[in-house]
Amino acid sequence: MANSTSARINPNPAAKSAPASSIMAVLAPAVGWFIPGAGHLIQRRWIRGLLLLVSISSLFVLGLLMQGHIYKANGGDILDILGFVGDLGAGGLYIATLAMNAGQGAIAFAIADYGTKFMIVAGLLNFIAVADAYHIAIGKKQ
Amino acid sequence: MAIQLTHFSAALVFALVASIVFGITHRDTARDMFRYGLYCFVMFVGGVIVAGWAMWLVRR
Repeated sequence: MANSTSARINPNPAAKSAPASSIMAVLAPAVGWFIPGAGHLIQRRWIRGLLLLVSISSLFVLGLLMQGHIYKANGGDILDILGFVGDLGAGGLYIATLAMNAGQGAIAFAIADYGTKFMIVAGLLNFIAVADAYHIAIGKKQ
Repeated sequence: MAIQLTHFSAALVFALVASIVFGITHRDTARDMFRYGLYCFVMFVGGVIVAGWAMWLVRR
């Protein structure tokens, strides 16, 4: 009786933190994918999160301003599929770009091709940031 | 609105952003992050310069 009462009053801290950790292990990558750097920000890694947010978003927006092309879901050429996978990594930026119907032009000159690569790389870098947020959430990294 | 970057400035922007992300995600402490990011940036830009000179030599 005394044990059960004390267990109710002082629950095991490790048992309490385990569900919180598992929730964060799902939430941080999901939020981090949708908004670059947000997976770090919700875990109070403010500077890292802000640097990731500014860096990845800047690269994506610069790519768009350089008249880069954005790939949609397709089942055609393998390079187009890989381009779509890379673009998809940018999460909310990719969805917002599609919603605004931007990035639909043909790649007519070298800088536009660079812009296309900028947007793909921004997505791929965000995948790395998402994995890093997950590692922080599960305690593998500080 | 459209912007026109030169090839070199585009490479610099790419190197800067990739180095920041690599530094943050591949190291654990702030000091190591900064050092690794700087290392990546130097390697990216150095690679661009070396590749540029190599193409100049091939063209001659």
